[in-house]
Amino acid sequence: MTPEKIIFLIVAGATLVSALMVVTTRNIVHAAFWLIAALFGVAAIFAILNAGFIAVVQVVVYIGAIAILFIFAVMLTRKDLRDTSAQQNRNWQAGALIAALTFGGLAALFQSWEKLSVAAPAIPSSFDAVAELGSQLTSPSAYVLPFEVASVLLLAAMIGAVYIAFTRK
Amino acid sequence: MDFLNDPLKVTAEWLEGIFGAWGMNAAFAHVLVVFLGVLLLLVLLMVVDIFLVWMERKVVSRFQDRIGPNRVGPYGLIQPFADIIKLVIKEDITPNGADRALYNLAPILSMMAVLMVWAVVPIAPVILGTDLNVGVLFLIAAGAIGTLSIIMAGWGSNNKFALIGGFRQVAVMVAFEVPMLTMLLIPTIFAGSMNMNAMIQAQDKIWYFVISPLGALIFLIAVIAELGRAPFDLAEGESELVAGFNTEYSGMKFGMFYAGELLHAMTFGGIWAILFFGGYRFFGLEQVSPFLAAAIFLAKALIGYWIIMWVKYTMVRIRIDQMLAFNWIFLTPLSFVLLMVTALMNALLRGTPSWVYGIGMFFSNVILAWLALEIARSVSRKEREKIEGAKPLAEAHH
Repeated sequence: MTPEKIIFLIVAGATLVSALMVVTTRNIVHAAFWLIAALFGVAAIFAILNAGFIAVVQVVVYIGAIAILFIFAVMLTRKDLRDTSAQQNRNWQAGALIAALTFGGLAALFQSWEKLSVAAPAIPSSFDAVAELGSQLTSPSAYVLPFEVASVLLLAAMIGAVYIAFTRK
Repeated sequence: MDFLNDPLKVTAEWLEGIFGAWGMNAAFAHVLVVFLGVLLLLVLLMVVDIFLVWMERKVVSRFQDRIGPNRVGPYGLIQPFADIIKLVIKEDITPNGADRALYNLAPILSMMAVLMVWAVVPIAPVILGTDLNVGVLFLIAAGAIGTLSIIMAGWGSNNKFALIGGFRQVAVMVAFEVPMLTMLLIPTIFAGSMNMNAMIQAQDKIWYFVISPLGALIFLIAVIAELGRAPFDLAEGESELVAGFNTEYSGMKFGMFYAGELLHAMTFGGIWAILFFGGYRFFGLEQVSPFLAAAIFLAKALIGYWIIMWVKYTMVRIRIDQMLAFNWIFLTPLSFVLLMVTALMNALLRGTPSWVYGIGMFFSNVILAWLALEIARSVSRKEREKIEGAKPLAEAHH
């Protein structure tokens, strides 16, 4: 077992445990902080996969913005931060069955995929992932259209939010 | 390759050789050596932090026409150790109804957010943690952890002052992150890379402060707000909030917040030096020895820290609404316009001789700063007229 594998197993285990705690803890603010731990674990997995940009953006966007928004929303809108309702509904057995089947199916599929055991080729030192990402996002022969469509969508959402929040004097 | 030219690599190879001779797997030996390197960096930073406490107290006392600590040891140098002993033996109080886990985690995260930044800081050309190609974004990510620690402290303390202080600080940090991130993109445009070491290497002709003075200034303002120091220290406005988010903390837990803040200020002094003042560069002296380069970097970081202290002990605290208005109405639009102008000028002046490029950039900055100040002045004059228009009535009563 290589050190890389050990680090991956520790990070993946911590991510899964935090994700489980998000849905099982009774205290909603704690759930938000466990969610942050899970998101941080995902960022660490991106970093292990040599996707430094995605890892950092994961932390900046999900922890720095979205999770903090969650915490504020929870603190400002709820009077009692403990959740007393039942944590499962009647369908939990069916849900567990579907989840187990999906996991089993995916595991079987990956087992039969011969490329799973092939080691990825080493990344040449001259490869700049950030520069490559930038040119792909602005190149007409690559992803400029989806990028612009997403930008327009976000702009529309922003204008909508400003319009809703705007009060005429 | 000898120790004086590349100390980290030589030491790492020597240690890996020793571990290898003990029969350790090469990959594990490498991981162990990296861990030891991280440990060494953290210990050094903590030792520097102890002396920062002394320095901050000495500098503030000079600003306030006092002498400062001068009783324990020469120039009061042993004072911080006495402070630490006092903090450690103080009673550790957890308030009733506090959220124990979050309350105890907050000071640790606050310190961690600062120490994390040093993972990407190039102290000398060959002395650096990791050569991350998204170094400047990593800064913002570490700042997000700091914001979290403030929320944790404010909410976990079960104290209204702490909670309000925490809310204020988070509002400030989230708001000023926008101009800060925008200003980080200006050295990125000049250097064509987000890698901090590449940015320093690209400042061989001229420091970025000279070609983007406005950018350096906005970055400094955003940094001071991010640090929660005066004039943006309303999260711990003593007259209204006791001590803000760290009201309930005692002993070494308070010490962690305090030491973390000082180290944070020094760290951002260093980041400011890297982005706009050439980092470890000083007229080719950095080529002589990595140790000299590290000393240059430390000196520049301390000068940046001194400027942050100078601002802190000279300015008065401003109100939260003034501060948020200052950010969202003035600083954020200005930084967006500056980013667009810089990107446009960079595209227009590409290929021209470097002195044309530098002068063009400098004057576009100056003109933009002048325009922004003129607009701000006319807006504030209108505001003043609106208020003063009602004033004669009030004066009639006198």
